[in-house]
Amino acid sequence: MSNMQEINSTLTAGSYFFTGNEAAAEGAIAGGCRYYAGYPITPSSEIMERISLRFREVDGVFMQMEDEIASICSVIGASWAGAKAMTATAGPGFSLMQEAIGYGAFTETPLVIVDIQRAGPCTGQATKVGSGDWMQAKWGSHGDYQIIALSPWSVQEMYDQTIHAFNLAEQYRVPVFVMSDEAVGHLRERMDVSPKVRIVNRYKKSGAAPFGTESEDGVPPMPAFGEGESITVTGSTHNEFGVRKTDDPVVQTKLVGRINNKILNKREEIAQSESFFLDDAEVIVIAYGFTARSAFFAVDQLRKAGKKAGLVRLKTIWPFSDRLITELGQRDKKLFVPEMNRGQIFGEIRKYACSEVIPYQQTNGKIIHPKQIMEQIERIL
Amino acid sequence: MARDLEAYLRPEVKSTPFCPGCGHGTLMNLILRAIAELQLNMKDILFVSGIGCAAWIPSPHFNGDTLHTLHGRAIAFATGAKMYNPKLKVIVISGDGDLTSIGGNHLIHAARRNINRTVICANNMIYGMTGGQVASTSPLGALTATTAEGNPYRPFDLCRLVLGAGADYVARYSVTQPLALMAAIKKALNIDTFTFIEALSPCPTQFGRRNQTDSAVQMLKALMQNCVTKEEAAGMDKALLKTKIIIGEFSNE
Repeated sequence: MSNMQEINSTLTAGSYFFTGNEAAAEGAIAGGCRYYAGYPITPSSEIMERISLRFREVDGVFMQMEDEIASICSVIGASWAGAKAMTATAGPGFSLMQEAIGYGAFTETPLVIVDIQRAGPCTGQATKVGSGDWMQAKWGSHGDYQIIALSPWSVQEMYDQTIHAFNLAEQYRVPVFVMSDEAVGHLRERMDVSPKVRIVNRYKKSGAAPFGTESEDGVPPMPAFGEGESITVTGSTHNEFGVRKTDDPVVQTKLVGRINNKILNKREEIAQSESFFLDDAEVIVIAYGFTARSAFFAVDQLRKAGKKAGLVRLKTIWPFSDRLITELGQRDKKLFVPEMNRGQIFGEIRKYACSEVIPYQQTNGKIIHPKQIMEQIERIL
Repeated sequence: MARDLEAYLRPEVKSTPFCPGCGHGTLMNLILRAIAELQLNMKDILFVSGIGCAAWIPSPHFNGDTLHTLHGRAIAFATGAKMYNPKLKVIVISGDGDLTSIGGNHLIHAARRNINRTVICANNMIYGMTGGQVASTSPLGALTATTAEGNPYRPFDLCRLVLGAGADYVARYSVTQPLALMAAIKKALNIDTFTFIEALSPCPTQFGRRNQTDSAVQMLKALMQNCVTKEEAAGMDKALLKTKIIIGEFSNE
C-alpha cells in the first residue's frame, strides 16, 4: 500500500568510477535519504564523509552524533518526523545499535543501515574484511522480530541496493540493512547511473490507526510528527493506536505476530538471487557479497575447463528464501558454501537443503581467492 | 481550573499511573499549565521521553505527538526529529536515571550543540520503577535497594553539569514551589536554544520509605526544608550547605 514514484536521478546520468562506500552514499541520496546521522568507524566512514558534503547540495540534514546509539536513535526520530533516514557503521557500531534496531522493528519505523563488515569479533582487524555480522543482523536485538538484509557484490549494487533498501523500508515499514563488507566498500570500479530512479514513499492515511491492520500481516499507514495526528509512539507493546498495553496477552500476540508475518509471508517476493551455469551443474556454489565475485570467477574458469560447476548468488539474505534452497537440494547436487565467517549462512542453508552441504570458512581478514574456491570444487567434483 | 487542562490530555487515556504522593502528577500539571499560559498549540509539540516513571508524564497522556523511546535515549531521538523538522516544538520529559546516568552522554552533547529544545528532568533521586536502586542523583548516604549501608558516592549537581556543557538557561525548583517551577518552564520554552529544567519530585514509595520519610507529607516537608535559594545559600555555613539543595535559575552569562 505504498506509493511508487519515478523521479530524476540526483546524479547526472552516465558512468562513474566510485568506491562502494561512495556509491552507497549516492544510492541513499538517489533513494530519497535526507537525514543522515553517524559516528566515525572504519571501514565505513567514507559514506558519512560523502553524505556530509553532498547533503549541502540536496538540502539534507547531516548530523555527526556522539556515538552509534545516538546515531540510530536520531535516525528513528527523523523517520517519524517524515524523513527517509539512514546511518552507516561497521561491526562494533552495529553491536551498539542493536537495542534501537529492535525499537525500529517494533515501532515499524522505516530506516536504512549500511554495515561495512570488517574482521571481528570485537575490535578485531578494523581495516580488514570479514562477513561475521549476518546472524547479528537477524537476531541481534532481543525478542522476536524481522528485518530485511541485502548483500551487494559490486559498486553498482552498492548504489542500486541502497536505493532498493529505502524502497523496501518504506514499503514494509521496517529497518533494512545493506550488509556490505570492507572489500566491496573499498572496491573502486565503474558503475552506471540511469536518468530516472524508482522510489517508494510511505503510505499515509489521515486518522487511520498507525500500528494495526485488519489482516494479520499488513503494513499500516504511517503519519509524521507535526501533521496534527497526535501520534503516540512507544517501544512498549501497544495497540493499533500506539497506546501502551503492557499486560494484555492478546495485544502482544497480535503485534508480535504481525511484525513478523508482514515480512515472512512476503519472503519469496523480497528475497532475490541470481543463478549461473545451473543446468547440468554437479556442484553448486552458494555465495554472497564479495565472496560471490570470487565464486563467479572460479565457476567461470571451471566451466571453461569443462567442469560442471554452478553458482547461486544470494542478493538478499534476510528474509531467507528457504524455497530456493529446497529446490536446489532436490536436484541432488552438492552445495558448496564459501564464507568469510564461521559458517553463519551455511547453517541456514543446511536447515533447508535435502542434499549434501559443504562449508568453506575463512576468518583471517582476507578475501577468499578464486583459486581457493576452484581447488575446493575440483576436490569435491 | 483542573478541567480546563482536559483538552491537553489524550481522550482515550485518563488516569495517571503514578503512586500516591509522587511529585510527577504535580509536574505533569505544571507543564500543561505552562503550555496553556503560553498558548502553545499541542499539535505543534513533540514530547519525547525515555524509560522510567517520569517518561510516562507525557506518554501517552499528552494530546500532542509523543515519542516514548529507549532507556536513556530520549534526547538522541529528539535530535533527529527536531533537526529534520525544525518547526516542531520539542520538549523532552524524563527522569534523572534516564537522562543523566544511562543517557548522560546525550545530555551533555545536546547542551553543547545548543539545538533548540527544553529538557525537563524529573529528579526523584532514585530508580523508582525498578524498585528503588541508587541513582547518580541519590544523596550521599542515602539508603536504597542497592546501598543498604548508605550511598558511598556524591550525587551529580545536574544544573552545574548541564551549564558546564554549555546550556544557555538552566533552572532547578521543587514541585513544592509550583509557581516558580512553572515560571521557569515557561521561560525555558520561550528560549530558542537548549534549556534544562531540573524538577525535584518526591518518591515516597521507593526513596521515602527507606530514608525515614515514609509519608508523602513528610517528603514534601523535607523537600521544602532542604531547598534554599542562591541568596540564602550565600550566607550559609559550608557544612550546613552541603545538606541543602540550591534552587533558582542558573546561566553562564
